[in-house]
Amino acid sequence: MEILVCVKRVPDTAENEIEINSEGNDIERDDLVYSVNEWDNYAVEEAIQMVDKHGGSVTVVTVGDEESEEVLRREMAMGAESGLLLTDDAFEGSDGKGIAAILKAAVDKGNYDLIMTGAQADEGYAQVGGMLAAMLDYPYASLVNMIEVGDGKLKVGREIEGGNMEVNEIELPCVLSIQTGINEPRYVGIRGIRKVASVDIPTLGASDLGLDAGSVGEGAARVKRIDYFVPEMGEGAEMLEGSTEEIIDKLIELLKSKGGIK
Amino acid sequence: MAQIFAYILHSNGVLDDSALELLAAAKKIDDSAEVTAIVTGKGIDDVCSKAAESFKSVWKIDNEALSYPNAEVVRKALLSLLPADSIVLLPHDTFGMDLGPGLSVKLDSAFAADVVDFEGVEGNTLKTIRQEFTGQVNTHVHCDISAGAVINVRPGVFQAAEGQAGEVVDKSGELGDLSVKRKFIEVQEAEAGEVDITKSDVLVSIGRGIEDEDNLEMAFELAEAMGADVSCSRPIVDAKWLEKARQVGTSGKTVKPKVYMAMGISGSFQHMGGVKGNPFIVAVNKNPKAPIFQVADVGVEADILEFIPELTEKVKEL
Repeated sequence: MEILVCVKRVPDTAENEIEINSEGNDIERDDLVYSVNEWDNYAVEEAIQMVDKHGGSVTVVTVGDEESEEVLRREMAMGAESGLLLTDDAFEGSDGKGIAAILKAAVDKGNYDLIMTGAQADEGYAQVGGMLAAMLDYPYASLVNMIEVGDGKLKVGREIEGGNMEVNEIELPCVLSIQTGINEPRYVGIRGIRKVASVDIPTLGASDLGLDAGSVGEGAARVKRIDYFVPEMGEGAEMLEGSTEEIIDKLIELLKSKGGIK
Repeated sequence: MAQIFAYILHSNGVLDDSALELLAAAKKIDDSAEVTAIVTGKGIDDVCSKAAESFKSVWKIDNEALSYPNAEVVRKALLSLLPADSIVLLPHDTFGMDLGPGLSVKLDSAFAADVVDFEGVEGNTLKTIRQEFTGQVNTHVHCDISAGAVINVRPGVFQAAEGQAGEVVDKSGELGDLSVKRKFIEVQEAEAGEVDITKSDVLVSIGRGIEDEDNLEMAFELAEAMGADVSCSRPIVDAKWLEKARQVGTSGKTVKPKVYMAMGISGSFQHMGGVKGNPFIVAVNKNPKAPIFQVADVGVEADILEFIPELTEKVKEL
C-alpha cells in the first residue's frame, strides 16, 4: 500500500505560556520550540505499522518553508521512506482550502492508495483532511482511532462522543484523519535523524505542481485571521496566595467545607 | 443576506443540545434571520415536530440511507437540496468535524470551525471569533461569504435560544443519489473500567503536568488520602498511562462530582465538556494563563509535582 501522510510543523504549546506580540498580529514565537504536530505523529506511526504488515511505502509531505524540512526528516527517521516539501512564496497566507488544494496537486502527481492527516493541528480547525478528500472525490473518515486492512477497503473506527467507536467500512483510495491514542508513536533519537540527514527531499513549488499562483495563497483565501487578542477574562478562579503551607491550609479548609475530604 | 440553515443532531427522538445553540448562533449572525432547521434520519416525524417548536422552518429529510448520520451520506443529501450561497451551521463535534470541511468544498463556500462567537455581518464579510492554542489566545477571523459558508460552532458556548414555532416541510422526495463509498457498520460502546468515575463524588484529575508515568503514584496517594478517585485528561490516556475509562471529556466520560481537582490540566473545552453538575473546581497549574483558571472556583499557581506531595502529607495528618 502506498501511503501519503500530510504533516505540519507547529510550535509546542502544550505546557507553554503564549504571549501576543505588540502588533497583535501574531504570537511571540522566538522562545517556542517547534516540532511536528502531535496528531500527525500518530498518523505517521500508523502508516509505518501498516506498511510493515502489508508492504508498500510511506511518504510524508508538508506545505511550509525551508524550516519545515526538519519535521519531514524527523518523520523519515521514524520510518517514512521519502519526504516531499511543498514550498513557494505564492503559498503564503493560504487558508485551509488553499493548503488542501496544494496537497491535492501533490496527490495527483503520485499514486497513493491512502492519504492520512492528523485530526487537527495548532489552530484547531480540523479541516484539511476533509477538504482534501472532497477535492479528490475520495471517501473520508475523521478522528480515526482504529484501522484494519481489508481487500480494496479498510475497516476504520472513528472516535465519537463518550469514548464510543463508530465502525465504518471505507473504500480505497480514501483520506483518513487520525486521532491521538491510535498507537504509541516510536521514539526518534538524534542518531535516527542523523541517518536520514543526507537523504534528498524533493521541493515542489506552484509551477511544479501545475498550480495557478492566484488559486492559492492569501489572495485566494476566503477565511482570514485578522488578529490575535487576549479574551476579556471573567472573574475566574480565586487564586490562593501565600506560602505553600498557607495555601495548603486554606485549600484543605475549602475542601472540607465542600465535601472534598472524607 | 443569505439563508441560514442549522443541522439538527438527534438521538432516540430527542433534539441534541446543539440544536437551540445553533439557533442562538444564527441570531447572533443576523438577528432577523429566519433559520431553517435540517433534520435527517429515518422515521423522524416526532423530532421534526419538536424542532418546529423553535424553528420557523424545518426541512424533513427522511430516507433509509440516513438512518445513521453517516457524514458522507448526509453531505450528498444536503448538496442536492441546499441553495447556493447558503450559510450552514453545524456543531463542532465528531459529526460536524466529519461533515463540515468536505461540505464547504462541495458548496464552494467558506469554512470556519470551532467558532465561539460572532460579531455580525458587514457586506460579504462574516466576522467570527475563534480560539487557538487550547484557548490561550483569541482571534478575529473574517469569512468572505459571497458564495456562502459552512460554520462549525463550538458546543456549549451559546445559550439555547427560544425560537418561534414554524412548520415542517418534507424534502424527502427531492433527494438525489445517496450512494457513497463509506458504509456505517456499528457503534461499539466503550469498555467499562476498574472504577466508574461517573459515580465519584471527588475526583483527583491528572493532566499533562504530571509529566511522567512514574509520577502517577502521587496522584493515587492524594486520592487515597482524600477518599477520591483518580481521573485524567486525554493526553494521559493517549500515552497509555491510564485506562480510557478514567478519561474525562467529550471523547471520554461525563462526570458529576461534588469536587473536581484539576491537577496540571490546561482545561480545553473538550475536557471541560465532560465536567457537569457544577462541581467545586480546584485548579493547580504552573501556567497562570491556563484556561482552567477561568472555569475553576479556586486556583493555585504551582507545579503539581511539588504541590501534590505536600498536599497529600497535610491531608494525611488530618
